[in-house]
Amino acid sequence: MKFSENWLRSWINPALDTEALGHQFTMAGLEVEALEPVAPAFNRVVVAEVLEVVKHPNADRLNVCQVNVGEAQPLTIVCGASNVAAGIKVPCARIGALLPGNFSIKQAKVRSVESFGMLCSAKELGLEGESEGLWLMPADAPVGADLRSYLELNDTLLTLKLTPNRSDCLSIAGLAREVAAITGDTLQSVQIEAATITLPDVLPVKVAAVEACPLYCGRIVRGVNAAVVTPVWMARRLERSGLRSINAVVDITNYVLLEQGQPLHAFDLAKLSGGVTVRYARNTEKLKLLNEQEIELQADMLVVADDHRALALAGIMGGADSGVETSTRDVFLEGAFFTPEAIAGKGRRFSLSTDSSHRFERGVDFAATRMALERATQLLLEICGGNAGPISEVRGKLPARPPILLRVSRAARILGVELGSAQISALMERLKFAFECQGPDFLVTPPSYRFDITLEVDLIEELVRLVGYDNIPALFPVAAMRMLPHSELQRPASRLRQLMVARDYQETVSYAFVDLQSERDLCGNTTPVALQNPIASQLAVMRSSLLGGLVSALGINLARKQSRVRLFEIGSCFAAGYEQQERLAGLCYGSQFAEQWGQAARYVDFYDLKADVEALFAPLSPSFVAATHPALHPGRSAKIMRNDQHVGWIGELHPQWVQQYDMPQAPVWFEIEMAALLQANVPCASELSKFPPVRRDMAVVVEENVTVQSLLAAMQADNAPYVAELALFDVYRGKGVENGKKSLAFRVLLQDTQKTLTDVEIDQTMLRLVAVLQQHGAQLRV
Amino acid sequence: MQELEQILNQAVQQFAAVEQAAELEQVKARYLGKEGRLTELLKGLGKLSAEERPAAGARINQVKQAIESALQQRRDSLSQQQLQQKLAAEALDVTLPGRGMSTGGLHPVTRTLERIESLFHSLGFAVATGPEIETDFYNFTALNTPANHPARSMHDTFYIDAEHMLRTHTSPVQIHYMENNAPPLKIIAPGRVYRVDSDATHSPMFHQVEGLWVDEQVSFANLKGVVQDFLQRFFERDDLRVRFRPSFFPFTEPSAEMDMSWGDSWLEIGGCGMVHPNVLQHVRIDSEKYQGFAFGLGVERLAMLRYGVTDLRQFYEGDLRFLKQYN
Repeated sequence: MKFSENWLRSWINPALDTEALGHQFTMAGLEVEALEPVAPAFNRVVVAEVLEVVKHPNADRLNVCQVNVGEAQPLTIVCGASNVAAGIKVPCARIGALLPGNFSIKQAKVRSVESFGMLCSAKELGLEGESEGLWLMPADAPVGADLRSYLELNDTLLTLKLTPNRSDCLSIAGLAREVAAITGDTLQSVQIEAATITLPDVLPVKVAAVEACPLYCGRIVRGVNAAVVTPVWMARRLERSGLRSINAVVDITNYVLLEQGQPLHAFDLAKLSGGVTVRYARNTEKLKLLNEQEIELQADMLVVADDHRALALAGIMGGADSGVETSTRDVFLEGAFFTPEAIAGKGRRFSLSTDSSHRFERGVDFAATRMALERATQLLLEICGGNAGPISEVRGKLPARPPILLRVSRAARILGVELGSAQISALMERLKFAFECQGPDFLVTPPSYRFDITLEVDLIEELVRLVGYDNIPALFPVAAMRMLPHSELQRPASRLRQLMVARDYQETVSYAFVDLQSERDLCGNTTPVALQNPIASQLAVMRSSLLGGLVSALGINLARKQSRVRLFEIGSCFAAGYEQQERLAGLCYGSQFAEQWGQAARYVDFYDLKADVEALFAPLSPSFVAATHPALHPGRSAKIMRNDQHVGWIGELHPQWVQQYDMPQAPVWFEIEMAALLQANVPCASELSKFPPVRRDMAVVVEENVTVQSLLAAMQADNAPYVAELALFDVYRGKGVENGKKSLAFRVLLQDTQKTLTDVEIDQTMLRLVAVLQQHGAQLRV
Repeated sequence: MQELEQILNQAVQQFAAVEQAAELEQVKARYLGKEGRLTELLKGLGKLSAEERPAAGARINQVKQAIESALQQRRDSLSQQQLQQKLAAEALDVTLPGRGMSTGGLHPVTRTLERIESLFHSLGFAVATGPEIETDFYNFTALNTPANHPARSMHDTFYIDAEHMLRTHTSPVQIHYMENNAPPLKIIAPGRVYRVDSDATHSPMFHQVEGLWVDEQVSFANLKGVVQDFLQRFFERDDLRVRFRPSFFPFTEPSAEMDMSWGDSWLEIGGCGMVHPNVLQHVRIDSEKYQGFAFGLGVERLAMLRYGVTDLRQFYEGDLRFLKQYN
């Protein structure tokens, strides 16, 4: 809501300067978004009439003018503007004037001609960014008058960011009422009297949708002159509220909208056939709106129609074919109350938001509709002339304002401080809320203009708003103390983050939306969750993996000449069916270790990340199953499994994408479901052996395609006695091992808790293990 | 007798002259070996008379002990010397950088969130989470914002379909939590939220922390107390001032905007209010018995103020030069 401070002050004039008034608004919940003076500071500028223009003797582009500033003698002023001419009225800065930009006007010789002031453009007065030539004043501008008072430039534009609940403040009258409540000052409302009826004509009015339009008032005014110029004061107030002048009749309805908060509409009576009906639209019914937009109506939209067609989208916008033009002679003025439910959301379907729909959606004071129609009639007769007919009114069931019980004790409990009964009743008086006392409590009837007050807490908010939130103390809560549950079967995500940080990963946060192409390429996802209204096409679908974000962060860092990038991210991934899953992903590129003196440089590889994955799961252990993934090198990728569940992926980026994303080397990536990582076990002690462990090594040769994991799993599954630890400690290919085969060396620790093992027992166990390996095609290497 | 003195002096001198342990043992042999001079003297005792023998033997033994002790001293000193040499040779340049893995770091938003969580944890707030794709019901309706409510236009929502959207705030977590837990309730809900907005001061994805405390006596004055306490602790400034301004959120009443003093001005830091009775009714909590407050804080805003970040977009680019500043 943008308005002129002076206009508001004509209704209520508290002893507060502009800043202080703005602060009061803000602290009452009507946040001041902008506070801008209508004109920058300048002085000694008057309305002047150019009497005579003579070419400057020494300069082609300059003129020497005789200028009447309302004094006995005209002033001689040299002027360079191309539009200077005898007879025009323009602003003139007198000697001693100070203009914006700290520009002071002195008596000066311009090419040897004395000049006693300056004729000004709008730009020179700081009122426009650019302007062509002198600022021309109307012919009736009073010569000699101070420009600031003549144009009422000592005014400020206030813009309030009104919350949707405060529709009652969408007018000067409403704001003035609010100021009265805040400051206690007296309201000077405009006097509205019912128009004298000088015409018997009545247009039949029918309301077919009375629940959506429980009040409809209309009247005919004949013989108006819509071609008259809108009075300057009215045009100025409209302009300062951000509305441009259209024609006198439309300006009057707009003025009443701003002044009273009541959207009105004027129809050109000659363009209507028969009476008016408020009804729901017929599906596919067409209407051309005032803004020339052609719309196809829907059955839940309310229209004002004549006997043949829809004339206006009720409460939102009038139609182009029934609007008032300068040639209009007879009008039908409409003032109605359309319920918020009937209007809300309808305009949005056509991307329409008008001053009218904005108010009706939030709630317009139905008790003031008729009065607003009278106000418009009053202004219409005054400005455009004509004769008014009687008001026809159709009335249904208007919104009820049932009384609300306000308990003093409840207010104290909600606020945490007590407000006394006397204080509460004083606040209600200031708000002009009708109330009765009920013991210590109050029975309050909210006014018709407040659509946001239906519950006791709404009243409590009104009280505390006027008391001032600043005047409520900040109190520490007093509460029964209980400890929070703390499960040991879950690890906090922060533990995983710390682990990643300790392993030299930098955390990153990417947008959860990515482009369709990268979802297709990297995730093989052709049916991603798509946004209906993305901000950009490259942010159009929800990620199904964190990979896309990490790859693009890698790209950004490569572009910034980073040669080693190690990133991780924890975030939600989305799949069709609105499934969302929190995952942890890491991506490494470049050297495994930062370049340093004591460690040979080598690129990060699959096994480096595998160690990170194992560390994340530890002490639980995942397994890895070779598998292909659209993003990954087919021979260097695996599914990460935990308890036979597929919980993640690990692998090196496919050479195809390495090339396409222009990466000098391949990054390695893993991604794991957080749920799998967050699981933990409560540790359980077991007996420690007092007897020494025995270590035995064995080396076997297997085909390349035999996986170590399968051999280890098979040996573990055998449950051979005394095996305390079983681990691979070497992989060898080369001399002594046939091509296409590899030698694997396992370490076996054997131990018993009850005795020292004998050689026989040890050998038996080792033989069992060798037998298991042999079943898997391994040959003992000797 | 003189001979014994001489032997001892010679032995001591020769031991001192030796620099190698092996050489020392050779020198030792000259005196104490099978054919060493003392051994010879001891052998010569037999030639002496029975009267002379004990005294002579005792004197020789004395000298023998003296030589042995000198020998041991020299041994110790040589081995000490050797150790010193070895240690000196093994000395490192302790200023060379440490070897191996360096460490990474947390994202500044995470750092901020962990700080927020730990401060609220100290007051007994548990952490709750909820989905980022929400239904219309949880994001709006259950929060007292029915279809076509003008407040819906306060949020520029990313829609997926007629029923689903990206959550525009963390407030739906209140509903999920209250559906599954009975009061008293005391949670914060950190998380990502989404709005159709993108410029230097708005990101289409950002983080919020929702707070909710429902109990029998939790008041608006307590809301002010908790928020002020939090901001003062978060910024470690007891002189930080907090201002509440009336505002409107459909799911709180009274509602407030929270401003924080920063230099000479006030900065908006989030919204809050007393949980609206309609919201409590939606989750079948008796609003006559229970009441409470809810608040929503902008995490990036707090991180920017705390760490002096000036461009919001840097948070989501993944530029290591930016990220490493917060390690």
